[in-house]
Amino acid sequence: MKMADALLTPAARQTTALGMEQLRADFPILDIKVGDNPLVYLDNAASSQMPQAVIDRLVRYQKTQHANIHRAVHHLSDLATQEYESARRKLQRFIGAHEDREVIFTSGTTDSINLVMHGYGRKFIESGDEIILTALEHHSNIVPWQMLAEEKGAHIRVVPINDAGELLVDEYEKLFNPRTRFVGLSHVSNALGSINPVKRMIATAHQHGVPVLIDGAQAAPHMKIDVQDLDCDFYAFSAHKMCGPTGVGILYGKARLLESMQPFKGGGDMITSVSFEKTTYNEIPYKFEAGTPPIAAVIGFGAAIDYLEQIGLDAIAAYEHELLVYASERIRQIPGVKIVGDCPDKVAVISFVMDGIHPHDVGTLLNQDGIAVRTGHHCAQPIMQRFRVAATSRASFSFYNTKKEIDALVEGIRSVQKVFAQ
Amino acid sequence: MSQKSIYQEVILDHNRKPRNYGSLHSPTHHATGHNPLCGDRIDLDINMINGHIEEIAFQGESCAICKASSSMMTNAVKGKTSQEAESLIQEFREMLVNGEEKDLDHLGRLKVLAGVRDLPTRVKCAILPWHTLHAAMNSADSATTEADNHANELVANTH
Ligand SMILES: Cc1ncc(COP(=O)(O)O)c(C=O)c1O
Repeated sequence: MKMADALLTPAARQTTALGMEQLRADFPILDIKVGDNPLVYLDNAASSQMPQAVIDRLVRYQKTQHANIHRAVHHLSDLATQEYESARRKLQRFIGAHEDREVIFTSGTTDSINLVMHGYGRKFIESGDEIILTALEHHSNIVPWQMLAEEKGAHIRVVPINDAGELLVDEYEKLFNPRTRFVGLSHVSNALGSINPVKRMIATAHQHGVPVLIDGAQAAPHMKIDVQDLDCDFYAFSAHKMCGPTGVGILYGKARLLESMQPFKGGGDMITSVSFEKTTYNEIPYKFEAGTPPIAAVIGFGAAIDYLEQIGLDAIAAYEHELLVYASERIRQIPGVKIVGDCPDKVAVISFVMDGIHPHDVGTLLNQDGIAVRTGHHCAQPIMQRFRVAATSRASFSFYNTKKEIDALVEGIRSVQKVFAQ
Repeated sequence: MSQKSIYQEVILDHNRKPRNYGSLHSPTHHATGHNPLCGDRIDLDINMINGHIEEIAFQGESCAICKASSSMMTNAVKGKTSQEAESLIQEFREMLVNGEEKDLDHLGRLKVLAGVRDLPTRVKCAILPWHTLHAAMNSADSATTEADNHANELVANTH
């Protein structure tokens, strides 16, 4: 496969740049221009771009395979059902789940976390109980738990971070007590890029008999995930951050736990029989997939997994790390620019602030050079408060980014400084 | 007009040396303006005497566009009656939201902010202080750009 060659030998690619050109050619959108400038897309943590193979898969499904699933005996319904379930098995393999029924299709990470809050939290968490979250969470792993805490009279305890953006694991261990019922933890911080020591933290929680949900939205696109090795109880991520379509994601849950949970949404497909006297819920995973799911998006998600696996998650991680090291070094050298959360164990995300220049002005000016970064609080206001900034600018890289694009970012940052030095 | 020109000298100068920056000792009117999208936040104090804005001051964390707009606004409305200030708020909004060119002369120096029109995601930054002024004069304590549906639509429509 051409993409696999491209990424398996990052050193060779650097010298020839040929592999990278081929790989970038898989992503039609990378050719667009912003004004007069070529697009430099560095907002991958918000949403990544889609390769032609996934676009083609969506088109093929829509042109030749579409019907509702699990419903009818006709050819198309059967075909669509098979493709949908085959995507489930791809996801199962991708995360190393024991069984395919442990993979539930949701509308994304947010939906997955809400499913656990409603299905597990509302059933098992009571007044006076405690839920541990971390200071690095995205709002989507904070707000559902706050809603639950409010409803039940439960309490939220927060694991603090240090100045480098690393969780204080010792403090985490001290938070456990007999009322601790649940842990919600991001694998990778979306605002800073820090990779959290989730395996060790899961083991700690299990010593206290407490289940753990991992928000993997920012991890799954960038590293090999093995849910059995991590031994997490739940793991959630979204397709649109890993070359797939919007509107779909998964919740992995250990079968035993999923079976113990109450359904989240009621409707068709999630039942085995319905009468006005009594309704019997379907088995997992269908118990949690009420209504017609985004079938095309699920199948596209499967194609995105195929694409990523052809390149190889280890090759992706190695190449992106190279980008991170290069970008961090270059950005650290610019006077007046400070990286927020500059710890060694990160994915390729760089959040930065500039002396006397608000991130929104940085974002607007970089955009004028065709460079797309995210500016704002990144749906992680507690992190912003921790670092006493209102907002940051964030460049987040993918395997299709290049060192040349990092050079463009560095040039862009310098020209923002020039504008403000007028 | 090239987009870069919004960051021209006047705006950069007001950003560096904002006029009427700070707070008043015992303001008769006050409001806080907040743009939840970007975290811009400004506090506005006014002393209204006999229906005139005698004193006005602002402070806060914000981008250059918001800060320059605040600074220039405080200069523009100082000494005006609340009615005059309200019509200036209206004209300023129209300049940015509807792109009305006709009475621009009358807005004087504020015209340099007209270029923000070309940056739809930043229109709210420029409008925030004006919303806050309106809230303060009407004795509401807070203003947010989220309530400005026209500004919101403008953002939505141009995306
Ligand atoms: C760490 C993290 N969790 C959750 C989410 C929410 O994902 P989605 O919007 O796809 O539901 C995001 C997306 O920004 C994220 O970065």
